Amino acid sequence: MTLALREPLIFDYSRRGRGARGQWPSVPAGSALDTIPAALRRSRRPLLPEVSELDAVRHYTRLSQLNFSIDTHFYPLGSCTMKYNPRACNAAALLPEFLGRHPLAPVEHGQGFLACLYELQEMLKAVTGMRAVALSPLAGAHGEFAGVAMIRAYHRARGDLARDEIIVPQAAHGTNPATATMCGCVAREVAVAPDGDADLAALRAAVGPKTAGIMLTNPSTLGVFERRIEEVAAIVHQAGGLLYYDGANLNAILGKVRPGDMGFDVIHMNLHKTFSTPHGGGGPGAGAVGVSARLQPFLPLPIVAREDSGSERAADGRQPQYRWLDERDLPQSIGRLTTFGGNAGVLLRAYVYMRMLGREGMRRVGEYASLNANYLSAQLQRAGFEAAYPARRASHEFILTLKQLQQQYGVSAMDVAKRLLDLGFHAPTTYFPQLIAECLLIEPTETESKQTLDAFVQAMAQILGEAQADPGQLHGAPHTLPVRRLDDVRAARELNLVYQQAAPGQQAAPG
Amino acid sequence: MSEIPPELKYTRSHEWLKTLPDGMVEIGISDHAQQTLGDLVFVELPEPGRSLAAGEACAVVESVKAASDIYAPIAATVVAVNAQLAETPELINQDPYGRGWIMRLKPSAAAAEAGLLSAQDYQLLAAQG
Amino acid sequence: MPFIPHTEEDEREMLAAIGAPDIEALFDEIPPQLRVQSLDELPVGLTEFEVMQLMYARARQDGRALCFIGAGAYEHHIPAAVWSTITRGEFYSAYTPYQAEASQGTLQSIYEYQSMMASLTGMQVSNASLYDGATAVAEACLMAVRANRRAKAARILLPRSLHPHYRAVTLTAALNQGLQFETLAYARDGGHVSLEALAAHAAQDFTALVIQQPNFFGVLEDVDALTDWAHAREALVIAVVNPISLALLKPPGEWGAKGADIVVGDGQPLGCPLSSGGPYFGFMTTRMQHVRQMPGRIVGGTVDVDGRPGFSLTLQAREQHIRRAKATSNICTNQGLLMMAGTLYLSLMGAEGLARVAATSMARTEELLRALTAISGVRRIFDQPGFHEAVLSLDRPVAPVLAALAARGIQGGLDLSAYYPELGAALLVCATETKSSADIDAYARALSETLRPARAA
Repeated sequence: MTLALREPLIFDYSRRGRGARGQWPSVPAGSALDTIPAALRRSRRPLLPEVSELDAVRHYTRLSQLNFSIDTHFYPLGSCTMKYNPRACNAAALLPEFLGRHPLAPVEHGQGFLACLYELQEMLKAVTGMRAVALSPLAGAHGEFAGVAMIRAYHRARGDLARDEIIVPQAAHGTNPATATMCGCVAREVAVAPDGDADLAALRAAVGPKTAGIMLTNPSTLGVFERRIEEVAAIVHQAGGLLYYDGANLNAILGKVRPGDMGFDVIHMNLHKTFSTPHGGGGPGAGAVGVSARLQPFLPLPIVAREDSGSERAADGRQPQYRWLDERDLPQSIGRLTTFGGNAGVLLRAYVYMRMLGREGMRRVGEYASLNANYLSAQLQRAGFEAAYPARRASHEFILTLKQLQQQYGVSAMDVAKRLLDLGFHAPTTYFPQLIAECLLIEPTETESKQTLDAFVQAMAQILGEAQADPGQLHGAPHTLPVRRLDDVRAARELNLVYQQAAPGQQAAPG
Repeated sequence: MSEIPPELKYTRSHEWLKTLPDGMVEIGISDHAQQTLGDLVFVELPEPGRSLAAGEACAVVESVKAASDIYAPIAATVVAVNAQLAETPELINQDPYGRGWIMRLKPSAAAAEAGLLSAQDYQLLAAQG
Repeated sequence: MPFIPHTEEDEREMLAAIGAPDIEALFDEIPPQLRVQSLDELPVGLTEFEVMQLMYARARQDGRALCFIGAGAYEHHIPAAVWSTITRGEFYSAYTPYQAEASQGTLQSIYEYQSMMASLTGMQVSNASLYDGATAVAEACLMAVRANRRAKAARILLPRSLHPHYRAVTLTAALNQGLQFETLAYARDGGHVSLEALAAHAAQDFTALVIQQPNFFGVLEDVDALTDWAHAREALVIAVVNPISLALLKPPGEWGAKGADIVVGDGQPLGCPLSSGGPYFGFMTTRMQHVRQMPGRIVGGTVDVDGRPGFSLTLQAREQHIRRAKATSNICTNQGLLMMAGTLYLSLMGAEGLARVAATSMARTEELLRALTAISGVRRIFDQPGFHEAVLSLDRPVAPVLAALAARGIQGGLDLSAYYPELGAALLVCATETKSSADIDAYARALSETLRPARAA
């Protein structure tokens, strides 16, 4: 008997002539086709599902039940900040007046919405210590692009065209060097010292007249605070370069340290990490950028401005007028990065989140994220696991290395990750940063309780026991999920990217 | 332990080079390299006729976890590529020095084999991991 | 504090386990001069009730107007089942499906989405979505340069009738990567790209021609002629399309003799609310031969160790987290939730529903144009057939007219004078299936009164 998908494809539910008729406009297409020149008309129907509304709802509901998510599982993915996504944020963003507003609607019809965005800009400035913020980048990597593009624009504006090198630590996330390339720069890697901090000697050797800037995150991808950050900033600034802050790890220091105070000239924030907008299975994100004064002229457009700045109401009692800044206001802007103003719905969710947190709440994010990470690290080490930097404080995340397990029992980080799935936990990040062998990068976030953390430690201890007694159990994991370990090699060698009936030449008969 | 045939030459970037009787050279990647990459899923090959500088990236081998450039060990012109790799990239994993050959080059007049490693030197390099 | 569960007892026990006296000690590696002194610039936190009251007030302040603006974002009815399903926690709060075995729901949905988009556009393969239409066009241009080995110059032809924001974003994205752009004029009477405009570029070596169908003016292009012209010059064709229009229009895979090479666009019309401009999703489809040059995530079918079919991310070696500096793009996200909205929408509407939405929108736009051009001072500019948008010229500046309409709760369209000064006082209007005859009457009456001098009170 051949095995089948747990839940068939939507196409398997299709029957000719079936459809969710309650959703269709009442008049058939017929007459409209006459106004389309014959040569431009579609002759063969696209292969789209022909299912009832119930079948569609049932199918996707059952698919959702095959997923792990924050709402269902502890999800300690390092560098991803899988904290609880408050539902109030969703409820507010889906209010019909916000939902139904066209991006090009007049600003008079959007003062409420623009007030939220303006205040979001102001709050992000305050919590990061930056001079100005732009909200349009659509994801962290998009914000990175904006940041590096601004650095290039800054040097060009000064007539310094030789600066095309971006320094990137060896342990950096792959987006960093990829972004450098996208901006026409060359990524230059520098080593990290054994204690996890930057290697200052290596850095001094790497900077020079070709240095456009350095991309860093603090705490670093190794899960530890870059203690010599002020020296790093001085070295790079003295060489004429600028400092870029990758905000992926902002959760560790939210309310405790500000990137602006550390000397960073430009930062991107991941609103879908630190500010708890939903990950949605892979998006949408929002990668707001913040800058110091010297990069302010180059910010991407559009940005929200307030006409009566400083006071809530003008002298004549009128409410403040919010409007969009454009190319006339910011002639040196790197330009537009998005079709419209950015992921507005995501920005509203981040706004509501920050309003609920308030000043005390922001501070507690950094505090409890660090408490949870340090506690988990201590308990896991007690249970027999090896921390990569045992002498350092954990930030909001920490690294375990399983290289001993590999050497002694032949059990890899991948095996441990897959077995955790069986035990009801989403695995931590594996094999990143690439510097540490067989690593797990673990980030609990501040919204998890001690009970959850203790249960995780227990599961990890069980896995350690299994590694010693029965490694086969781990090599074969997961055992209890809808699918067992999937063959990645086959997925790449025998490409099956489209349901075959959907390929042209084999389309369904004309409708 | 990886296999390192003694009669071949090697590069720092893990390519091997065999001089053929007709003066052409054959290029592939070492056993150490294929082990590190894992199961190969795709190979991107250059067009025959293309001329290459020494050290120029000329092909890509892709596994699920990495995509690595292959660099021309010497200045040369591409005369043939192993068409079998399109359907069965795993030949490189199975037989990296034989059926997993990647391309054949005609050395440029001025090509020198200086800078290429002997099997012994390459063994030291590979052992460093 | 809102979402932090720790009790005092929890905190004590945890600090004891760590061996730290208090939470502040956990920050002792941070130089004291870097520590934040005060966050008083931030407002005090609000309860959920308080913040919802604030948001209700702000939403009420904005209200809802009657919207006749298109220009890349289109109001369509979204079945209630779309958002009720995708805001399930298992979709809403899931991460990128890197642990495939724990993400089969997301992965299979993406596979189904890829299949639908490939078929809709007449191409062989799709990625899992990109950020939005504009960035998708930019990525397509960069992809074309990678894929077109024959072209010597990284030169792209962009029609002037391409969405101005798509053009702006493409220029910004490509600025530092050595791409050059040339602009193709549109015919003054038809609003389409004419063969005469192409002739000016006939001798150039270029990598790709971008064709938007319908174009920004809503006008239908002669896509077969344009596609064949580009292919004859060994250039690639990048098609930029409205997905709803593909229910009725020939898909790019069938343009000309050989079909377009890369297809992109904005998926917003498929189940994504207007929401002041985002989040939307960009889509990209292409031919199998270019699949390795395509940015973004891709899902593939495979089997597990027992031989059971399943899905995982594939071709990841091209992506940033592996290839790093040589990645096809730095993109790290798709627009997961919105792509799901599109998938649900397409599943509920099917080909028949989509065709009716497209046709009804066209019919409504025709009705709107008839009603508005009946008013003295208003006329249609372009005489070529269109989809569900058109450009009108007014006998006076557009901005004050739109302001007067806005004061009456009507968003009359997009003022084109800043984007296309050569068109004079030009207004881009759009009506979708969401506009009733009563709505159209209301607009026509309001415009008529605005354009007519006021009678004596």
